[in-house]
Amino acid sequence: MRYAETGFSLEVDLTRGNIERVETDPEWTQLYLGGLGTNAKILWDRVPPEVDPLSPENLLVFGTGLLCGTPATGANRTIVSTFSPQTRLMAYSMMGGFWAPELKFAGYDRVIVRGRSPGLVYLWIHNDKVEIRDAGHLHGKGALETAERIREELKEPKAQVLAIGLAGENRVFYASIEHARSSASRGGIGAVMGSKGLKAIAVRGTKDINMARPAEFFQLCQQVLDYIPKRAQDPVKGVPPILAGIGSPQEMAIHDEKWHTTGFAWGHARRRRKDFWTPERAVEWKQTQDQAVERLISCYNCPMKCGGIVTHPELPTRKYMMKCYSKLTYVMAAMVDDLDFGFRIAGKAQEYGFDGYTTPQVMAFAIELYEAGILTDADMPGFPERNDERFFYLLDKIAHREGIGDVLAEGVYWAARKIGKGAEAYDHNTTKKHEQMPIKLGMLNPIFFLMYATGEKISITQIEGQIPQAPLPKDYREEFVKDWVHLPTGKEARFKKFILEWGDEDKRFPFWPPMDLVCELVDWMETMHYIDDCTGICAGLSSFPIKPPYHIHNLPLFLSHATGIDIDEETLWTISRRVRQLVRAVNVRRGLRRKDERPPQDHWKKRFPELEAQLLDQYYAFKGWNREGIPTRKSLENLKLDFVAEDLIRRGILTGGGGTPSEATATEAAHK
Amino acid sequence: MAEKKKKTVKVIKIDADKCNGCRACEAVCSAFHATPKYSSTNPARSRIRVVCEPLKNIYLPVYAGEYTPAECSGRDKYVIDGKQYSECDFCRASCPSRDLFKEPDSGLPLKCDMCEDDPDLEEPLCVQVCLSDALVYEEREEEVEEQESPEELEIGLEELAKKYGKQKILDAVSRIYGNREN
Ligand code: SF4
Ligand code: SF4
Ligand code: SF4
Repeated sequence: MRYAETGFSLEVDLTRGNIERVETDPEWTQLYLGGLGTNAKILWDRVPPEVDPLSPENLLVFGTGLLCGTPATGANRTIVSTFSPQTRLMAYSMMGGFWAPELKFAGYDRVIVRGRSPGLVYLWIHNDKVEIRDAGHLHGKGALETAERIREELKEPKAQVLAIGLAGENRVFYASIEHARSSASRGGIGAVMGSKGLKAIAVRGTKDINMARPAEFFQLCQQVLDYIPKRAQDPVKGVPPILAGIGSPQEMAIHDEKWHTTGFAWGHARRRRKDFWTPERAVEWKQTQDQAVERLISCYNCPMKCGGIVTHPELPTRKYMMKCYSKLTYVMAAMVDDLDFGFRIAGKAQEYGFDGYTTPQVMAFAIELYEAGILTDADMPGFPERNDERFFYLLDKIAHREGIGDVLAEGVYWAARKIGKGAEAYDHNTTKKHEQMPIKLGMLNPIFFLMYATGEKISITQIEGQIPQAPLPKDYREEFVKDWVHLPTGKEARFKKFILEWGDEDKRFPFWPPMDLVCELVDWMETMHYIDDCTGICAGLSSFPIKPPYHIHNLPLFLSHATGIDIDEETLWTISRRVRQLVRAVNVRRGLRRKDERPPQDHWKKRFPELEAQLLDQYYAFKGWNREGIPTRKSLENLKLDFVAEDLIRRGILTGGGGTPSEATATEAAHK
Repeated sequence: MAEKKKKTVKVIKIDADKCNGCRACEAVCSAFHATPKYSSTNPARSRIRVVCEPLKNIYLPVYAGEYTPAECSGRDKYVIDGKQYSECDFCRASCPSRDLFKEPDSGLPLKCDMCEDDPDLEEPLCVQVCLSDALVYEEREEEVEEQESPEELEIGLEELAKKYGKQKILDAVSRIYGNREN
């Protein structure tokens, strides 16, 4: 019997209309766990680097984390992996909600979609019965509306549905996949789903997921549940409210938006408004939010209630579900001070199936170009005066790929190059061709420098965590480190010392902390995220907040007791490293090199090119990568990734001797 | 025949307004009733079900009650606070009209047993995992007339046997009670 996982993948070929249930190799669980790890292995094995992301040959993998469907709190992530039309690299976005556990209960660990359907279809998975069904009548329908209609026509109110909206159907490069209160948004995976002619996947499962060591596993779950209310009583001090607790940022519950609205940049990631948050504004915004949010809701098996049901009279569904920061992204990018605008446009954008981070930035970029005269009324006939109306105008145009919307649908990087006339200069907030958080700060932060530069999850919130974002108040530091059980074995003293000293006279960025410590901290944060992406545990309970319920000491136990495979801290660390290395190799094979590893130029005012180069050198070495950021033969072989080393050597990306970069042979997949 | 007796009445107070739709209650209930205990999870086997209709803001935890051999003749509708519910949404019965509160494979009826265990749990598990306090456990002493109703039991068993066959019932009984004793 397989424990924690089902041991089966569902292979769907939409070109031929073929469906197969395929047993998976149990060794993969030991090597890659599941979720992202297995997805990366599948993409490495089956999608050659020349494959165009929007072609039928690209795979779209809906993976579940290894712990999804077990009683572990918050283990509910669906990890969607494919190649991004925007970055041309591996895209992996995750979503919470209910879909992944339901798929496990239906008897599958993942759905692997390939090919392209001649007409729009959806997939209906009901335990052993799997059908490809016509979705012609759902063409152009909103993502939530689609889910509702499918549940109705199947007469299965308990089916969990993920779907794309019009943006995905029209292959907008930042289209999301939406499900209930969650979405997998980054990297344009909705466009890939659209290119396959796949509108939705509905799933209903009524089978068991088995535990290897039930009593032990259940005890661990109890400990996590006991910790959550205790942690709520004990918020981290000296940090903004949004970072004091656990869960995804509690945007639906928290009213105090001083930190976001005064600390993050407005418009097209241009300027901070340090005096925005006034007492009057606080009252007004609270009123708006209380009126809009009807109930706080959770993902499967999690008490954190990070989402909200939001009332929206203009939508066919009358309501939608919101989570996290999309409450503010549109408001701030549009420079509209009214929170109600945020709730209205986010609802519409979700129905279209748009990424709530990238979309507002693209629209703000378009407004900048218009104001600079690069885009004119000829490009945008009837472009309104007011920014709120302009945002709705642009949203429609992009979703329909109509007029200028067709160009903007490819994101800031590609649009700037298509528009020309100096538009490139306005592409100031992308890394690896993808829009970043609208943050503009003063002094270079060496830790975040490395994360922005080298992170392949593209989104900083999917890499950061564990440590505060600024020094803690001096008189609180001792208390903070006292019960900090989360530190990896062997790093306790070093990481505690870092917190105790950080902010002191000569202990400030950018030349402090020492580079080896910077590397270790970055590596720790990233490792925890990679573990979550394999287990399916929500980052909000694990890798993202400070002092979360899950950490490097209890996660190995969770995995061991669930699967019956003995995994200790070191083994888990090694698996995470293997997955990290594999993801890097997948991207290297598609052309990723050192030159791509740059945070947005104006992310910090004070930059230190020499220091930054040294940081990259040191971190690459630490990760087992050569100067170009390519994993060395030795580091690959140490992680049982010999097959990767062989392939990279065969392609001339690594030399047979083991690791000298050969820049000339890099096969950058050019987008024309 | 009836005599007065002191009895502890176990009450779960359900505050549907506090429910966040996480279905932790369903997950844990199915795990608790697995054999061996906690060895599997499958919300479809749970003895509590949460009716979730986010787009109507309807969240309603319902416990599994008695098996019924026949469905109701009518299907009334309730409107509460402007939200429309079907009568069935509130119903605890394992009823032929729906797949709720039945073992997914055998179709045998499921019923909440308040997490009967030895030793007794401090609180039923669904209540323990509901950190939102949508489910709160209370105990109350009550004087009740103890009624023996063997006939009812027999009628029920016969109905079940008609529906599922004698062997299935015997299997279920030995599976459920066989485990209790070890
Ligand atoms: S912490 Fe929030 S986002 Fe994460 S699983 Fe729980 S409810 Fe979902
Ligand atoms: S555990 Fe509580 S909050 Fe969660 S679904 Fe059940 S009743 Fe609702
Ligand atoms: S009280 Fe126990 S048996 Fe009844 S629904 Fe809750 S967990 Fe299940």
